[in-house]
Amino acid sequence: MNYEGLINPTVDKLAPSGIRKFFDVVATMKDAVSLGVGEPDFVTPWAIREAGIYSLESGRTYYTANSGLLELREAVTEYNKRKYNVEYDPKTQVLISVGGSEAIDAMIRAVVCPGDEVIIPEPSFVCYKPLTIMAGGVPVVIETKNENEFRLTPEELRERITDKTKLLILPFPNNPTGAVMSRADLEAIAEVLKDTNILVLSDEIYGELRYGKEKHVPFSAIEGMYERTVIVNGFSKTYAMTGWRLGYALGPDRIIKLMTKIHQFGIMSSPTTSQYAAIEALRSCDDDVEDMRSEYNYRRRVIVDGFRNMGLSCFEPLGAFYVFPCIKSTGMTSDEFCNRLLEEEKVAVVPGTAFGECGEGFIRVSYAYSIGKIEEALQRIERFVKKHTD
Amino acid sequence: MDDILRILDKEKGVVDAEKISRMIGKPKEEVEEKLKQLENDHIIVGYKTIVNWDKTDRDVVRALIDLRVTPQRGEGFDKVAERIYKYPQVRALYLMSGAYDLSVMIEGKTMKDVALFVAQKLAPMESVISTATHFVLKKYKEEGIVFKEDETDTRQVITL
Repeated sequence: MNYEGLINPTVDKLAPSGIRKFFDVVATMKDAVSLGVGEPDFVTPWAIREAGIYSLESGRTYYTANSGLLELREAVTEYNKRKYNVEYDPKTQVLISVGGSEAIDAMIRAVVCPGDEVIIPEPSFVCYKPLTIMAGGVPVVIETKNENEFRLTPEELRERITDKTKLLILPFPNNPTGAVMSRADLEAIAEVLKDTNILVLSDEIYGELRYGKEKHVPFSAIEGMYERTVIVNGFSKTYAMTGWRLGYALGPDRIIKLMTKIHQFGIMSSPTTSQYAAIEALRSCDDDVEDMRSEYNYRRRVIVDGFRNMGLSCFEPLGAFYVFPCIKSTGMTSDEFCNRLLEEEKVAVVPGTAFGECGEGFIRVSYAYSIGKIEEALQRIERFVKKHTD
Repeated sequence: MDDILRILDKEKGVVDAEKISRMIGKPKEEVEEKLKQLENDHIIVGYKTIVNWDKTDRDVVRALIDLRVTPQRGEGFDKVAERIYKYPQVRALYLMSGAYDLSVMIEGKTMKDVALFVAQKLAPMESVISTATHFVLKKYKEEGIVFKEDETDTRQVITL
């Protein structure tokens, strides 16, 4: 079979992750200490797992409504009202998706037409660019900067807006940098957007993992932004439910309707067991989330301190469970640093370049690990850094 | 303060002041000071290691004894409780609501040890009306710790 000419060149040309080779090496090293994982180390709280098991025992093994169980959509809107004081209609403004990723895909496909520009701040999660390209859109990257603590600034945004701009992606709290946008930061972004016709996809999957005094603010809660914003959130990070594959989108009914259409034809409905479990998560697991958040916060302090003590500059991340230290002082590129660290000290971290070219000179280190494991890895990294900077 | 107690509770008291100071982002001296204060105020009443004796050569038998007792005028249950908890064999003692009054956790080397303790020390006490002894057959979880080997990390080594 000659596949050339049969396959979709747009998909074919999508750059495979440049660090695939590195990942393949890591995967074979069983004794490596990995700080490379982008998911919680906690097991889903038992009450949630039990609710999932009970739904199976009760024989709830059928499709649900395309947009998700109404009871879950209601739980989602109640939660968002209770936590953030933003209101959505569970019947028309919620889509329960297969993880946050599917909601991101559906949102982009629902609005992006060939030639439309999508503004994507980087470093950021790897899906926005390929999904934009597959929808025929044109990614326009804004490189966020260390000196701005990797926040998106209104000036940078204004510079990149053209009459073709259709959508802005707001990936905060951010994977890989751990950067967050305060209410004031978001208001400044809103100021730039308010007289435009640009939509916003605010990926807030790490919204509950926010540290420091200020709480997370959904972009739709900023004055004038509700009508143009689709919030993507989910259960993976907040409730340690990555394997359950469940997320949701909240937004204007006109757009949610289109996203539901895409979801209906591509997915049908999200996993039923996961949906029943998620109702329990939203209604009775605030304390579990708080416990996990506190634990991440302890680790965050230990790891930031650890990198600073070994002489690497590391801005204080106030969200997610990643730190993004700068390794330029070692004279190595991110790829080189990660490869050699793995080879010499058997510690796996992810090169910043996996999340955009501007991640060069940085590494993403996850602290979704026990303090003991983090301390062991820090000792090894310190030995490595010392060896290569003296 | 809450953070310190939370960490100690979770780590079962094995965390030192230096480590706590890094976890909560406060100077070590401040943490030491607070620990001292918590101990002086008897908020921290002790530090304990949870041992799974089943994995050692030592024989340890435990039993929960339900005691019905007559409370004493002006003293309630406290006086009889004190007479009971002073025995080193008593590992825990709780005043309960419901069908009986005191729940006593007894530890001994053999079942006979425990049975004799109940028969000779607890049952004859003046205010004790009745005893019911339940031997512990297997411990699954104590103080929030599951007695099973840690499961290994089954996550992929790297995910974005």
